[in-house]
Amino acid sequence: MTHPAITLSDVSKVYSNGTVALQHLNLTIGEGQFISLVGPSGCGKSTVLRMIAGLGKMSSGQIEWNGGHSQRQLAFVFQEAALMPWATVQDNVRLPLKLAGVLYSASRAAVAEALELVDLSGFEQCYPRELSGGMKMRVSIARALVTKPEVLLMDEPFGALDEMTRSRLNSDLLDLWSQKQWTVVFVTHNIYEAVYLSNRVIVMAARPGRVVADVAIATPYPRTEEFRLSPLYGEYCREISSALAQAANGQDGAIATSSQRAAEYA
Amino acid sequence: MLLRYLTALILELQNLLMGDRLPLSASSDRTNGLVRMTAKPVGKATGLPQLRRLSPDLLAPVGVGLLVLAFWEIAVRVSDIQPYLLPGPLLVLQTLVSEWGTLFPSLIITFQITLAAFVVAVISGLLVSVLFTQSKWIERSFFPYAVILQTTPVVAIAPLIIIWVRQVVPGDNSTFVALVICAWIVALFPIIANTTLGLNSADHNLLNLFQLYKASRWQTLLHLRLPSAMPYFLGGLRISGGLALIGAVVAEFVAGTGGTKSGIAYQILISSYNLQIPRMFAALLMTTGLGVIIFVALTLLSDFLLGKWHESAVRREN
Repeated sequence: MTHPAITLSDVSKVYSNGTVALQHLNLTIGEGQFISLVGPSGCGKSTVLRMIAGLGKMSSGQIEWNGGHSQRQLAFVFQEAALMPWATVQDNVRLPLKLAGVLYSASRAAVAEALELVDLSGFEQCYPRELSGGMKMRVSIARALVTKPEVLLMDEPFGALDEMTRSRLNSDLLDLWSQKQWTVVFVTHNIYEAVYLSNRVIVMAARPGRVVADVAIATPYPRTEEFRLSPLYGEYCREISSALAQAANGQDGAIATSSQRAAEYA
Repeated sequence: MLLRYLTALILELQNLLMGDRLPLSASSDRTNGLVRMTAKPVGKATGLPQLRRLSPDLLAPVGVGLLVLAFWEIAVRVSDIQPYLLPGPLLVLQTLVSEWGTLFPSLIITFQITLAAFVVAVISGLLVSVLFTQSKWIERSFFPYAVILQTTPVVAIAPLIIIWVRQVVPGDNSTFVALVICAWIVALFPIIANTTLGLNSADHNLLNLFQLYKASRWQTLLHLRLPSAMPYFLGGLRISGGLALIGAVVAEFVAGTGGTKSGIAYQILISSYNLQIPRMFAALLMTTGLGVIIFVALTLLSDFLLGKWHESAVRREN
């Protein structure tokens, strides 16, 4: 493994209503890794991201940033595009720089470059409502990239998109990642997406939120359509799927109905 | 005779509306229990194609109005009812023209009171809302008093306010200031309620994002909360504009000042005392007209400000 970038030691999060969102979580995220967190809703995968980003306090434990990284160099992409509807694409992307006090003239190049990366040059003056769901997500990613982050946290960014847009954005994201060598922590409930994108998949279970499996996906990049159709890909998916199933069955009084289960494993 | 008059009137109205570009199609949408009225100008009216497109939206309400007016006129003439009980619309119109010289200056005074109260309400309402959203404790402590201010009947406290203001502001301006305060009390609450709601309904993901990028409180307010509150604020503005006028008129009724600086309510009052009912109707008509103009102006402002991004103002093909 590469140098550790972020180390989570014994992190727990208990909400005020008594829900244990995370219990004694230990996780070392290596520099340049593409890690996916997979699990049913309520397993605390989003909570992990929020803790890393410093959005909300841990109940116990600590998060360490290594190798000269800091929280300042991270960017967050939410499930919804979360764009400001009153601002143009260009102004939305500029937001992080504006908040950091960068002047308009100085941020112009960075904004243009970020939009270029997500293939949205020419849409600078559009308003979010004029864009499709996939394009909004691209704007959201461009906004994350505009500060040239080293760590990218993504919370089910493509969860609300249709399958075709999702797979297109998946391969675009991989292209960008191989160019820029970010450290990516990617939360998803989609096993297939996780296997396709990551070199490491962390499987989590709910009540209490914990890690149940840590699967390395050894297939080298760039990953093509062939990988998606290979037996190896199916094998990885099966492995993760059975880890999820075991965790769900192991729970006392598992009340997951078949439809719930189908939704969780979808 | 009547028919010829009506035809002429319809043509006149068409010209007026085509020229003014104020055909309104009103729709309302509910946002968290608050009703915001939305009215959109339909088309830029020149030429025949637009006329055809406008006609159902425009001619239907105008037609209903004219029918009612015609029925009213006919009923008044046929039943030979006395003008001091119910004047016909034609007589009201005539009176409006002949009394314009005395009524219009009064309307202007009422409009000044309304405008002053409205501007003060907008500024103070905005400041109070921003203050409320800076701390839950401030909102908790003071919001009930905003409600109390709203629910206090302005008719009941207007005499008190007039007396109190006279102690502080002597001279001619005293009544004006007192009336502005009364109208302000009525106009303030919708702005506070709507703007507070708007400031608090900023997208939580965006709030997280601002937090992530270490935005200051001021940056969050300026770049996120205020723009998010804009549609709510403008909705409050439209309610408040009408209320400011009502507040001004009600307060004038109580104040009942004569002399040079008397508003339109005084004219209504004095006309009814003197049994000049057509004149009263004419003054009433002017007040209503002013209310409609205020509403339309604020609607146009709202559409202008939100036109590019907000659902309520975006024109859709389907």
